[in-house]
Amino acid sequence: MELAIIVPLLAAAVQSGTPILYATLGEIFTEKSGVLNLGVEGVMIIGALTAFVVALTTGNPVLAFVAAGLAGTLASAIHGVVCLWFKGNQVVSGLALAILGTGLADYLGTGYVGQTAPGFSPVALPVLSGIPILGPIFFNHDPLVYLTYLIPPLMWLLLMRTRPGLCLRAAGEYPAAATAAGLDVDGHRWWGILMGGFFMGLGGAYLSLAYTHLWTNNLTGGRGWIAVALVIFAFWRPGRAVFGAYLFGGIMALQLRLQASGTQLPSSLLLMLPYALTVIVLVLSSWRRGMSEAPAALGVNVEPAD
Amino acid sequence: MFRIRITKRKEPRGWSSFLVLTAAVALSLALSGLLLALGGTPPLDGLAVLFKGAYGSRFAIEDCLVKAIPIFLCSLGVAVAFRLQVWNIGAEGQFALGAVGASWVALTFPGLPSPFMLPAMIAMAVLAGGLWGMVPAILRQHFRTNEIIVTLMLNYIAILFLDYLVYGVWKDPTSFGFPMTSEFSPQAVVGRIGTTGVNWGLAHCLVLGTAVWVFIRFTRLGYELKAAGDSVRAARYAGIPYDRLVVLVMVISGALAGWAGFLEASATINRLQPTIMVGYGYTAIVVAWLARLNPLAIGVASFLLAGLRVGVENLQLDLQVPAAFGGILEGLILLTVLAGGFFNLYRFSVRRA
Repeated sequence: MELAIIVPLLAAAVQSGTPILYATLGEIFTEKSGVLNLGVEGVMIIGALTAFVVALTTGNPVLAFVAAGLAGTLASAIHGVVCLWFKGNQVVSGLALAILGTGLADYLGTGYVGQTAPGFSPVALPVLSGIPILGPIFFNHDPLVYLTYLIPPLMWLLLMRTRPGLCLRAAGEYPAAATAAGLDVDGHRWWGILMGGFFMGLGGAYLSLAYTHLWTNNLTGGRGWIAVALVIFAFWRPGRAVFGAYLFGGIMALQLRLQASGTQLPSSLLLMLPYALTVIVLVLSSWRRGMSEAPAALGVNVEPAD
Repeated sequence: MFRIRITKRKEPRGWSSFLVLTAAVALSLALSGLLLALGGTPPLDGLAVLFKGAYGSRFAIEDCLVKAIPIFLCSLGVAVAFRLQVWNIGAEGQFALGAVGASWVALTFPGLPSPFMLPAMIAMAVLAGGLWGMVPAILRQHFRTNEIIVTLMLNYIAILFLDYLVYGVWKDPTSFGFPMTSEFSPQAVVGRIGTTGVNWGLAHCLVLGTAVWVFIRFTRLGYELKAAGDSVRAARYAGIPYDRLVVLVMVISGALAGWAGFLEASATINRLQPTIMVGYGYTAIVVAWLARLNPLAIGVASFLLAGLRVGVENLQLDLQVPAAFGGILEGLILLTVLAGGFFNLYRFSVRRA
């Protein structure tokens, strides 16, 4: 293939990978604290709707973006209430949150279907966008993409090199020891859930503010679930999440291009690609290391103390 | 000053778990009433329309039963897997492939005499659903993949495959471009019970429900299932082949969902078309959890949640409330019941500090 085809495809991969990246980073942060939040799909779509409605009513995309993060925080707080306060099963609570979030966004978004809202458009970064090949792939995007270049290193620093990060990981690895050391395990898990939800909400916001600019039902289309799978692929490391997200962005971009090129392949078979890839990626990343990289206490609730 | 003391209950309470369930459902209804108000529908009128539409007439009850049939079978399967702590979220996809398998028989051999037609359709549906359920189990066994994600992804793939068939190779040339197969021949249709609107699938549910109950309660394998579900490690020490059990439950789970897909294609819509997928496989998960995996309770819960679906349809017709309201109700009920479980597991006492 020629560069003229590959470079725009890779640029599109970065763009379509970005919402998944936000969500994956959010889920990594939550899971590091020992909480499995399977509700990503629901949290994301609530973020997407919030961003869309705020952008439509205020005309301010930045405000909309932040509002979506807060909506994501609020939505995942439901998971916190059920799992941390009432010690409910994390798997079931996450599923319920996914069902509730999708329903809520469909219900509240009915009146907005087909409408368009102001959002973000690409801004070429001076100098950097002039680099051959890399420039058009990485530095000719909207500001929300640039933001994701900063988050993974910062999240890594926070988790691995600071005291709050250490405490958060302790809550996820060995809550009994963390409690014995005087840490408030559920307190740190709350942080994991709320911060994670913030990023999931931002991922949803990317879809409505920068990707489509319009509201349709089921805008997330399973991206939240793909994010949950990518956390395993990334071995719970923010840096590896970037590769995983762009891989999926790439396959989604490729599938759109193939459809547009008028191929003989039926669209329903092309649409299967990202889901089939998720299974393949999951098999490859689970094969040798499996869940051994997962936080040891992932999904396990802490019994209330007497 | 008073302090609230939380201690674990020695044994679960009977009557109060019913109380908690009622309170949880009441809270969910209150919250969804709030949402109705937010959407511009008077909440009390809305809930009245919902319940009247669901359980208020003979026709409504029949409709509830018709919708409860696929939910019950999917949920029965899901519950068998959940019992072993295997999180099968894939009933939706297994249901889709069951419908595809049954339709393949009905469309390929339309002239098959009636004593063979329905059994062949069931066999194919069960095979397709069971194999689709086996895939995540095998992957889990060999590669330690997470079955939640795999079953979910297989749902998307199965539904897209169904789409591919009805939009493409199986499309009825006389359907004016609508994505649907041609109608099944009469011997491929599961009929109705007497003059009611309910099909004979209800009898299938009774038989299969009893079979699963007997299997879990009275067979050695069923006992191993329960033991291994309670503690994987203990089961391994006792020599119970855990990995083989995982494959077994996933095949049973998939086969039951496939059977549901057969009934829905044969009895309810008499053909295959994309509208067959309405999320029964996800409702089944809610039902299984509400019923605490007990087959009889799954029957009751299937009927009640099928009622919510019928009621929401009514709400949509009468008050133009979006159909997504049903998902909200299901999500809320599951979350509140889950949170309410806390009161069954722990007790509170107030003491002076």
